[in-house]
Amino acid sequence: MNMRNLMMFAGVAILFVLTGILQSWNLSLSILNMALLSAIMALGVNIQWGYAGLFNTGVMGFTALGGLAVVLVAAQPVPEAWRAGGPGVLLALLVGAGVLAAAIALHKRMPRGRMRTITLLVVLTGGFFLFRALFDTNAEAIEAVNPATSGYMGGLGLPSLWAWPVGGVLAAAAAWGIGKTALGLRSDYLAIATLGIAEIIISVLKNEDWLARGVKNVISLPRPWPVPYEVDLQQDPRFLQVAAEWGFDPVTGSSILVKLLYGGLFVAVLLALIWLSERALNAPWGRMMRAIRDNEVAASAMGKDVTGRHLQVFVIGSAVIGIAGAMMTSMDTQLIPGTYNPLRFTFLVWVMVIVGGSGNNWGAVLGGLLVGWLWLIVESLGPIVMSGVTASMADGPLKAHLVDSAQHMRLLTLGIVLLLVLRFSPRGLIPEK
Amino acid sequence: MDLVNALVVFANFVLIPATAYGAQLALGALGVTLIYGILRFSNFAHGDTMAFGTMVTILCTWGLQALGVSFGPLPTALLALPIGIAATAALVLGTDRIVYRFYRRQKAQPTILVIVSLGVMFVMNGIVRLIIGVNDQNFSDGERFVITAREFKAATGLAEGLAIKTTQAVTVVAAIVVVAALFWFLQRTRTGKSMRAFSDNEDLALLSGINPDRVVQITWILAAALAAIAGVLYGLDKSFKPFTYFQLLLPIFAAAIVGGLGSPLGAIAGGFIIAFSEVFVTYAWKKVLGYALPDAWAPETLVQLLSTDYKFAVSFTILIVVLLFMPTGLFRGKS
Repeated sequence: MNMRNLMMFAGVAILFVLTGILQSWNLSLSILNMALLSAIMALGVNIQWGYAGLFNTGVMGFTALGGLAVVLVAAQPVPEAWRAGGPGVLLALLVGAGVLAAAIALHKRMPRGRMRTITLLVVLTGGFFLFRALFDTNAEAIEAVNPATSGYMGGLGLPSLWAWPVGGVLAAAAAWGIGKTALGLRSDYLAIATLGIAEIIISVLKNEDWLARGVKNVISLPRPWPVPYEVDLQQDPRFLQVAAEWGFDPVTGSSILVKLLYGGLFVAVLLALIWLSERALNAPWGRMMRAIRDNEVAASAMGKDVTGRHLQVFVIGSAVIGIAGAMMTSMDTQLIPGTYNPLRFTFLVWVMVIVGGSGNNWGAVLGGLLVGWLWLIVESLGPIVMSGVTASMADGPLKAHLVDSAQHMRLLTLGIVLLLVLRFSPRGLIPEK
Repeated sequence: MDLVNALVVFANFVLIPATAYGAQLALGALGVTLIYGILRFSNFAHGDTMAFGTMVTILCTWGLQALGVSFGPLPTALLALPIGIAATAALVLGTDRIVYRFYRRQKAQPTILVIVSLGVMFVMNGIVRLIIGVNDQNFSDGERFVITAREFKAATGLAEGLAIKTTQAVTVVAAIVVVAALFWFLQRTRTGKSMRAFSDNEDLALLSGINPDRVVQITWILAAALAAIAGVLYGLDKSFKPFTYFQLLLPIFAAAIVGGLGSPLGAIAGGFIIAFSEVFVTYAWKKVLGYALPDAWAPETLVQLLSTDYKFAVSFTILIVVLLFMPTGLFRGKS
């Protein structure tokens, strides 16, 4: 890191400090925490794009899978629902996976021809109906258990921290499936396939009530390990004593402390991931990845397995995004499938990577912090500025429209920022070395 | 068992909606495939180009409706459509001039162009939301029918009705006219031929003295016209909502890839394949089977293979199968 980069990080730090002083430290810290999470996602995208030139437009889906991991790991189990249909649903899922595996095995073993096509069709159609027959009754049984409060199987009731690696594993598994089909073809196909899988993951989350309550949302998930609850803090005599000594309000103080603890956890994960990926990037593996990215033909002539390496790096990057998704849900302590929006979770992360500097981990982090700050500060400042601008106007539909439209300005601004950076500074704020 | 009624229900709930939807997808996919064939990148901004064209048309339609102008039995939006097409063409030509031309001269990689198109998508999306907002907008002149279910029942004496909305009929007719005109243009005119030559082999086309800038301009104008028409027809048939248009990107890309990227004929076939599979898989077949099968076999469940919310999964599955088994698509597009 040279002086220039340190200055840029210092500049971003000043933005957060100014937000703290001018607006409130609570707001500044919650923006910082979201920006840190975005920075981890940007790191994941940078691993795929910067190291290997893979274009992943399914960031939202992998983020949501991480969120699902928190529900599966940390939510309280619902024993009645589990008794009602848990084993049945698991069996159905196993049967479904078995049918797919059988189809793949048949496709490999049988000779090409009409016989194979017919057998495959029979196996897949029969398998689908068998799956539905097993699955539907059990899923309905689960959803019928206290639909207002549970109506799903719940999770394992384990600590929320454990969900973070599980989120990574879920995202990695999905990425492996997608990568296996779409990598090795034209580069745009991966973009389109990931765009699709992300939409499908979200619609599964919205519709499969037995899994994570669908649009009824899972709320009050436990917080990860060191983070206490504000109410407990405000009744803790030790905390109240410290608050009195330092002279701050216990209510504000408790929520700031909680945010600081989250921030600390996120920074720890972020630094660990950067350290790992910097090590990988400077190892022979990293040089090989860049060689493949810069000239696939030459690299494969040197005996490198281009598609295999691409699959590897795609899975790793998606796992990082999944971890960030799990961290986000365990900070929100709720999973709301309706809030996953591709513009916010896929394309915004892309803007972060491009603006920060693709191919450089520190660049991706800087981009994540800067663009994350910009995106969220406009959310709180935009309407204020807009009502200031329109203050002299008469109340009416036009004024209401203008005030409402403040949030859409973000899309426009981000698009223009992305185009300007791509055109005039395609290497980003901190270029690749 | 009552095959006639089964057929009527099938036509009413599957055949007609899927045909109209297929025509809309085909027009969208044609635009994507043209851009891909000539400019050689997947245009992620296409959904939002459709949204922009539709938005301009909607605004003009509202103006016309306020003035009391109508187009007889046809939707007023068709009168406003030329303005929508012109505005969209101006927008994409401007975008090409300001944004894409730079990368084309640089001979940038397709992936870079795709990311650039993402930026354009953001901007167009922002413009549309800024002007018309994010909500559902209805701009058809009320529900109009070529034939309503009641008239059909009265005319034929059948238990089931068959309704054809004017918008559905307009969609199909307009799609046929547009596709015929497009193919005539590509096959018969000098400009069309030069476009196909450019798509087949760029270097050879340049050597034969084809002006690349002109070919690119014509392509953008055609794509804009197709996008605006597809968007307006979709909006008339269903409703206009900016986010839905963004989501249409997936079935449109699926259609273009299934048919073979760069192949206009493939885009049309792909559009109908995707539309029919979506409707087939997400339709509840209970009523049709109830008529078609002997009474004893009549199903008690809905016989719906997948819930409607999974319609994206259908286009996606088809896309994956095509990518796995024939990456160049049905009509041998570029792989």
